[in-house]
Amino acid sequence: MSGTSTTDRTEVTMDQPCPISLLDKGEQGVIGRPLARVDGPKKVTGTATYAAEYLLAGLAHGVLVRATIGKGRVVSIDTDAGRAMPGVIEVVTDFDTFIRVSQQGGETGAPTQGVKDVEYFGQIIAIVVAETFEAARDAAQRLPVEYEQGDGAFAFSLQHPRERDLPPNNTPAHAEQGDLDEAIRNAAVTVDVTYTTPSQNACAMEPHASIATWDNDELTLYGAYQMPSSDAQQLAKTLGMPVEKVRIVSAYVGGGFGSKLGIAPESVAAAIASKRLGRPVKAVMLRQQVFDATVRRSNTSQRMRLAADAQGRLIGIGHETTASNLAGEDFFEPAGISTHFLYAAASRLISHDLVRLNWVLSGSMRAPGEAVGLLGLECAMDELAHALKMDPIALRCLNDPPRDPDKDIAFSSRALTKALEDGARAFGWDRRHATPATQREGEWLIGMGVAAAVRSNMLSESSAKVAIRPDGRVTVSSSMTDIGTGSYTILAQIASEMLGVPMEHITVALGDTSDATAAGSGGSWGACSSGSAVYVACEALRAKLAAAMEVAPEELRLKNGSACVGNFSKPLGELVGDGIEVIGTIKPGEQEKVFNQAAYGAHFAEVAVNAVTGETRVRRMLGVFAAGRILNEQTARSQFLGGMTFGIGSALTEELIHDSRSGKIVNRDLAEYHVAVNADVPQLEVILLPERDTHANPLHAKGLGELGICGAGAAIANAVYNATGIRVREFPITLDKLLPFLPAT
Amino acid sequence: MKAFVYERAESPEAAVAHTAPTTRFIAGGTNLLDLMKLQVETPETLVDISRLDLADIEDTDEGGLRIGALVPNSDLAADPRVRLRYEVLSRALLAGASGQLRNKATTGGNLLQRTRCYYFYDTASPCNKRVPRTGCSAIGGFNRILAVLGTSEHCIATHPGDMPVAMRALDAVVMTLRPDGRSRRISIHELYRLPGNTPHVETVLEPGELITHVELPPLPAGVRQLYRKVRDRASYAFALVSVAGVLTMEDGRITTAALAFGGLGPMPWRDSAVEAALMGQRPSPAVFEAAADALLRHAKGQGSNDFKIPLIRRTLIACLHELTGDTQ
Repeated sequence: MSGTSTTDRTEVTMDQPCPISLLDKGEQGVIGRPLARVDGPKKVTGTATYAAEYLLAGLAHGVLVRATIGKGRVVSIDTDAGRAMPGVIEVVTDFDTFIRVSQQGGETGAPTQGVKDVEYFGQIIAIVVAETFEAARDAAQRLPVEYEQGDGAFAFSLQHPRERDLPPNNTPAHAEQGDLDEAIRNAAVTVDVTYTTPSQNACAMEPHASIATWDNDELTLYGAYQMPSSDAQQLAKTLGMPVEKVRIVSAYVGGGFGSKLGIAPESVAAAIASKRLGRPVKAVMLRQQVFDATVRRSNTSQRMRLAADAQGRLIGIGHETTASNLAGEDFFEPAGISTHFLYAAASRLISHDLVRLNWVLSGSMRAPGEAVGLLGLECAMDELAHALKMDPIALRCLNDPPRDPDKDIAFSSRALTKALEDGARAFGWDRRHATPATQREGEWLIGMGVAAAVRSNMLSESSAKVAIRPDGRVTVSSSMTDIGTGSYTILAQIASEMLGVPMEHITVALGDTSDATAAGSGGSWGACSSGSAVYVACEALRAKLAAAMEVAPEELRLKNGSACVGNFSKPLGELVGDGIEVIGTIKPGEQEKVFNQAAYGAHFAEVAVNAVTGETRVRRMLGVFAAGRILNEQTARSQFLGGMTFGIGSALTEELIHDSRSGKIVNRDLAEYHVAVNADVPQLEVILLPERDTHANPLHAKGLGELGICGAGAAIANAVYNATGIRVREFPITLDKLLPFLPAT
Repeated sequence: MKAFVYERAESPEAAVAHTAPTTRFIAGGTNLLDLMKLQVETPETLVDISRLDLADIEDTDEGGLRIGALVPNSDLAADPRVRLRYEVLSRALLAGASGQLRNKATTGGNLLQRTRCYYFYDTASPCNKRVPRTGCSAIGGFNRILAVLGTSEHCIATHPGDMPVAMRALDAVVMTLRPDGRSRRISIHELYRLPGNTPHVETVLEPGELITHVELPPLPAGVRQLYRKVRDRASYAFALVSVAGVLTMEDGRITTAALAFGGLGPMPWRDSAVEAALMGQRPSPAVFEAAADALLRHAKGQGSNDFKIPLIRRTLIACLHELTGDTQ
């Protein structure tokens, strides 16, 4: 092949299934293997550069200023006083342009702007820029601000007016089929209970951070983002500039869990301050500000109604959720999202309402919908099993539908019953006492619980560029991100398998919006979307290599950096002239409409509840998951372990407390907002079931980054019931809720 | 963080020369630095005492221990004499904070740890302890971790520590050096003050007065000890309630009992009425209930911490069963 540097483009739309994946034809043998993360050495040596760590010449330090009222108006900010404080360069305000709330994930417009009106306690209203971080923080703390107090709604109540007319959020706000009330009247056994879940914070290790720097009218923003390409669009719209002039760099991101899907207030503040001062400005949110002013998972109140016949077959399912958000914000926590298809029933009512509160924005947090929705549904199923005197696994298997009951379409792949049955054997479910509160070891009441896991699979349009250099090395580049999940590693594994190039000869560059546009990380779509883009690009490169070898692509064998035909082999570098590169694009298509695509699993938990104090300690957990092809056993397993750990927090400890007098978040640090710590996390076991999904994407994989949390908390809650006979329907299950019902001392 | 002057003290005498109320001693800094970042504390001068020669644990002539104020929590917990003779203290230390914090936190500093009241920590909330006469946001607010004993209408904060609770059960004596160069011995029972209408004044220490040592008297042979901490997660959480118990028995009767409590009051709590209910008694559920009644006779819940009252009753009774049971 003669020298070329033009970039070819190729795209695949998932209108048809992919019966054969070239990953199964690869000879390199790396796909699926439990390889350690390629970025690991950089991270443990501190050489992976995170957003706040770029040492730009002339960097000034910004600290955000919060409003200290829950509702009202900023009358004035004494910028002169601020400017007079030691070390301060400028107090930057722009009441119209600053964003009042973070943006939701994937949006391409600006979030709500305008900060003179204060809608929640802690809203960001200005930025102080100083020569040092300490000086900026001091001035931000002491800056005189005058307010006019307004009347707000600061406490959640079902008595508040409820807004029902909401646009869909991956699921319709309201859906009804059949007649639920009649089903309940006709049922042999019914459950009608209300579960509540509290506001939560994602608590990513890295706080939201931006460094903004301008080159004339071009903005570069080093930021902590999950979806840089749509974030750049949000930022451009907010600042009133063309998106071509905005570049975001998010090479390494210290966790997101949904909180970094959209832009947060520090980005716009840094960009405006930098423009005004003519020098780079860094703004890192303080941990307390991450709690106050980024995004929370909404609290929910979920009325669960289940109606079953005498054999346990469901004839009615009601899942009515009330969540909360700021006035004017459409996002509702889609708690009923998987209730549409996890089980079937002729009569169903699945709805979502919003109560308007002056609390910080609610939006996506790891598995929006399922994470809290399955606490309601899967605990209610446990209650139904007890009412029926049925084993909760048998009840679920009996109600595992053969087709999507909502749309009457097939499932692309679904291993719920297998996960439940395999898990039961591996966990020793037969040792569970069916009668609650009958197993005790000293002070400890012992119990086991189970819950189904489900998370919808999504594909988002994504591109990646793959290049083979004359030295035979391969580079993969995309605006995809690695938020601690393993993207760098699995994209290299896909390219390695597809091109027969050793892992150490592959370089992956991520997180830069000047590279090929990818959807980023979120909704568990990241690996499959970006991975498929790499696959598509590599498939085109294979065709080019085959042409250079003068054979049909299917006759070409690629291994260890060489192309082989029969017993003739040639290093790739010799086939590519000055180098060849292809931008591959994957697009969702008909396959997601004609098949219901979701990943499934089952959670098992054993807990001990202290009969004296009500302290609950998880003794062991098992998660069994089927999520199509596993791209890397180790990074996949780590995602499940992390999700299950989130599940422990959601069941037992995590709760954002809003002061009912101001909406202010009371527990705004990691000492008082209780994520599970090491001592709370026992031995967790993960079993990955072999599966392929030919309808999902060419990789045959499904998303799994969120599946681990889905149902995990419900398994724990059900185990607490099994241990104690006490059904706590108000999450988290803290000891004070068990205490009144524990046996006398 | 407000700018401050940093000085390193070369001797205890030099340290105590700093008597301005805006001066703070710093050793481990595990509490003070956090508070300074938030501007809950805004000292003008920090006097670093961390290099003073106060990090030894010595045997006393009476058979007790003298602990230097700068002995880190980790070292104190791991000291073989502490583990053997003062198990309650070792257990209390290890129940606190995290490994990293225990490596930095010191004995003297830990005695003076400030409350974790949510509103004390946020300068946007009125707080009488942080700024006198501004009001108490915790009363009528969220107060899950706050006090049910010893409160006032001005403050319901709890002392958050574990180590000081054990030290109260052990009748520790705090040794200090005063600005005039004289040392004094303060019983730990006299160290702390109730909030009353001055919740910002937490101890009897004078400006500039430096804790140099803590002395533990010897314990009688055959003493039974325990520390039990009840918390919202298994580690890195402050006590909702805790019990430090030191008890002896003879011929089936309780002969001495020292019980101190964390998470209940503005100071590590000890109440002689609890011990009076136990002394000379044969262990029985009725006796234990009477002890709990004595402890809680003035208890007052504040709403979200109401559960602490039944919780400490149950916990105390379980601890008494354990301390008096035939487990030796």
